[in-house]
Amino acid sequence: MEWVQQLINGISLGSIYALIALGYTMVYGIIKLINFAHGDVFMVGSFIGFYSITVFGLGFFPALIISMTVCALFGVLIERIAYKRLRNATRIAALITAIGVSLLIEYGVIYIRGAQSEAYPDFFKKNFELFGVQIGMQSILILSVSVALMIILQYIVHKTKTGKAMRAVSHDTEAAKLMGINVDNTISATFAIGSALAGAAGVIFGVYYTKIDPLMGVIPGVKAFIAAVLGGIGIIPGAMVGGLLLGVIESAVSAIGFSLWRDAAAFVILILILIFRPSGIFGKNAREKV
Amino acid sequence: MKRTSKQFWLFVVLGIAIYAVIQLLIMNGIIDQFYSNTIIVISINIILAVSLHLIIGITGQFSIGHAGFLAIGAYISAIVTMRLELPFFLAIIIGGIVAALAGLIVGIPSLRLKGDYLAIATLGFAEIIRIVFLNIDYVGGASGMQVDHMTTWTTAFICLAITILVIVNFTNSRHGIASISVRENEIAADAMGINTTYYKVAAFAIGSFFAGVAGALYSHNFYIIQPSQFGFLKSFDILIFVVLGGLGSLSGAVLSAILLTVVSTYLQGYPETRMIIYSLVLIIVMLYRPKGLMGTMEITDYFKMWRTPKGGSQYGK
Repeated sequence: MEWVQQLINGISLGSIYALIALGYTMVYGIIKLINFAHGDVFMVGSFIGFYSITVFGLGFFPALIISMTVCALFGVLIERIAYKRLRNATRIAALITAIGVSLLIEYGVIYIRGAQSEAYPDFFKKNFELFGVQIGMQSILILSVSVALMIILQYIVHKTKTGKAMRAVSHDTEAAKLMGINVDNTISATFAIGSALAGAAGVIFGVYYTKIDPLMGVIPGVKAFIAAVLGGIGIIPGAMVGGLLLGVIESAVSAIGFSLWRDAAAFVILILILIFRPSGIFGKNAREKV
Repeated sequence: MKRTSKQFWLFVVLGIAIYAVIQLLIMNGIIDQFYSNTIIVISINIILAVSLHLIIGITGQFSIGHAGFLAIGAYISAIVTMRLELPFFLAIIIGGIVAALAGLIVGIPSLRLKGDYLAIATLGFAEIIRIVFLNIDYVGGASGMQVDHMTTWTTAFICLAITILVIVNFTNSRHGIASISVRENEIAADAMGINTTYYKVAAFAIGSFFAGVAGALYSHNFYIIQPSQFGFLKSFDILIFVVLGGLGSLSGAVLSAILLTVVSTYLQGYPETRMIIYSLVLIIVMLYRPKGLMGTMEITDYFKMWRTPKGGSQYGK
């Protein structure tokens, strides 16, 4: 039953990746920018959750909500200050700015509070047995929170006005503008939703791994990007499937005894996907126009 | 694009003069250990900046995994000197060649990728290289590998001079002009009959060769090398040299490598302040001067501008 255990670990890890990947995929779908700072929004969310729990003595769910709200504002702030001017800039300039913003957040947090790591308080220590498999309450919690957030996201994107505007802008920005959609507000809404999901992922990550530090966003951020590429960047269900798949693959690699090679496995997957199917699992191939 | 040989010899004389002055100062003990070490670090960083400038600035291939090639040069050269006990100059060459082979391996598949995807793929390659060294016990794993201090100002200067010479000549040759056309518009260059694949791979291989050379100097300038020295941050450090100087300006890359190395040497005691300054510089330069401080201008272009004050220079730009 060892492999069922590993599968559950993989799904828990994968749903954290999926939550972060949603932000990458939405932002990329709408303004074609790899938002490198997204992994750091995740880190900030984790710290806000930590301080709400330890300093203000809040429970898990209030902390989750606070973290999501602050991260949404933070994401919009980043977009307004750093990315808005770059709408018509070259891709390289936009990507370098994103790297700069990422470094600024990381080292800004270190400057403010130091580089030492913090131990997240334990909430859900209980385990229970199901068909002979030990399942932690944490895994159940992670999975249910992620699934709930993804359902809410699907609702927002497909049923609300903002969601329709987002889809329109990502399909054709110019045409959307002509039809009277406020593109700036729609892009801000995209950043807000994506960052809120990253904040939620940060709190869940803290509860699951119990250790957080200011540089923790880098690796999950890059892996979430890989998950987004795996599923087909710009496609929301693709990000979820890609995240879950990546989590399960990583757990499988550790389970067969190559835990030190876990990070390398993610990058190998990225390169293979980019070479053989650059548009991802769910993507369609589109030829670039001259 | 014909360079006068007068200009060339002027640069050679200038280079020899810089070398001789610093060498004299070191021999007389006016420049102490700390400063001579800083000068060697500056030379290494210039080699890295110039080699990445060839890939990003000239060919327009956005590679952000340069630390991977640096790591290969560092480890391979350390193996050559410490394990096989061969001479240092051989180690530099072998380090460069192995890094160039790695550049070919990265370059060939990444031809299918463009822009952001290429950036992420190169970042991934660099990280894979780092993890490979982390897991090989022969080179000490995470605790690192001991290396003797062999890099001197003379070796660093010779490598630096060769790097600049090769890259300037490449840029001014037919190959360089073809590479610039790939940077400006790949699809148009392809349509004009330029073998874009060839030039992209060539730039990758040459750039990673010199990154490997820099790696050999780097590892023999410290007493220990560890995989953690070659992470994302090292790649971004090198990227900042190129971006700040100007995407497409060799002298810009050299100047910003000198400037930022001096700044970071003084800020050694405050690493987080250094990174905050670096990141603010990156953001502000990209927001207000997206082509970098010098754009595609070279230092010599400014002199030409002063000489021909009215009507612009006849050399274009």
